[in-house]
Amino acid sequence: MTRIFDDKVDIDLTVNGEPVEARVPAGQHVIDFLRQDLGLTGAHASCEHGVCGACTVQVDGTSVRGCLMLAAQLDGADVWTIEGLSDSETIRDLQEAFIARNALQCGFCTPGMLVAAEELLALGGVPERAAIREHLSGNYCRCTGYEAIVDAIETVARQRAGKVQA
Amino acid sequence: MKASAGGYARANDLSHAMELLASSKGMGRVLAGGQSLVAAMNMRLSTDDMLVDISRISELSGVTDDGETLRIGALTKHVEIGANPLIQTYAPLLAEAVSCIAHAAIRNRGTIGGALAHADPAAEFPACMLALGATLHICGPDGERSVEIEDFFQDLFETSLEEDEILTAITIPKAATDEQQVLLEVARRSGDYALVGLCLVVRSTGHRISLLSVGSTPVLARNAMAQLDQGDVDGAVAALRDEIDPTSDTQASASYRRHIAGILLRRAVAQAIGDIA
Repeated sequence: MTRIFDDKVDIDLTVNGEPVEARVPAGQHVIDFLRQDLGLTGAHASCEHGVCGACTVQVDGTSVRGCLMLAAQLDGADVWTIEGLSDSETIRDLQEAFIARNALQCGFCTPGMLVAAEELLALGGVPERAAIREHLSGNYCRCTGYEAIVDAIETVARQRAGKVQA
Repeated sequence: MKASAGGYARANDLSHAMELLASSKGMGRVLAGGQSLVAAMNMRLSTDDMLVDISRISELSGVTDDGETLRIGALTKHVEIGANPLIQTYAPLLAEAVSCIAHAAIRNRGTIGGALAHADPAAEFPACMLALGATLHICGPDGERSVEIEDFFQDLFETSLEEDEILTAITIPKAATDEQQVLLEVARRSGDYALVGLCLVVRSTGHRISLLSVGSTPVLARNAMAQLDQGDVDGAVAALRDEIDPTSDTQASASYRRHIAGILLRRAVAQAIGDIA
């Protein structure tokens, strides 16, 4: 006979480089698990249907919507949130550029925005401003009007490209 | 509001997934990329589902060259479709569609089989598959069966898939070197659902035109296709506007959608054939 359906699912994963074991409700999404069970409140739960991008986190090296993936699906996954990306200084240049360029006001969108931006920058090169805007089209910011965000990301792309050449 | 799932089980392979579905007593729900299903669960449009997570079944993922056709595993992700050399060469329409679908983080998880089984009339892949004349491969308790795409979409979010069946793969004819494939759509913002979208495939055997966001299912515009086969673009535009029956909603009126559909057909013909249509 087949294994029955579970109300609670055991998962074993890595979050920000640390091993985590947990038992999660079948219907709980990743962002509630990160925020409520692990206390990682950097990524935000907002629209909870994949539109706003405030919940964007890294799972197995790519950006995902934390609200559109179930915690039960994280078994074996490697998850990075804004907390881990900050502590590891992976995106320090990007965070500094956001501050320097006033690319945030209330900051609600910023953790998701940074994860999305890092995914684009990790591809290498200096993307066109239009390409930066396109890549951020799934991350809403209601404060800045995006111009400063695009400036910050473009600046970091140029800096990183320069470092590679030097 | 938070999702209410009845239960969760991870399928190790296809036969395990079939067993799980069979044991769910009609409450089973296949979870692939989850980019529509989890949103629906969060909004409690879908509740108490017994989730059968097929997302890790590696045998259902990837694109292979079968000679005359391409075979696309149902779990192939949007991001993989967009970057796949076989798709880019032999089904450029699908690669083009990927850039229109939502946003990067969603394309990293969403699957082509999930998009077809979900059957959102505003989604790109269902309309693309109609234009390409795809064949869908389905696994059920009594074995495998195939369904032509023209017979697959039944109504809004309804397909000919039975409750105990899983869509496993899609085959499409490989584009000939002189084949033209065009996808055009009008959306207010990048990644939004299109107000209207149109696929045009120009083959030596004739034209195929499909539309998204103009009804309860993706639509194959047979009358417009017949007119284009005769080289009558004006006739095709008139036929197209006559044969679709779009609805009005907060995004666009029916008459605007009908108007845009004709415009998109003219642009698509111009792009495919290079004429001033």
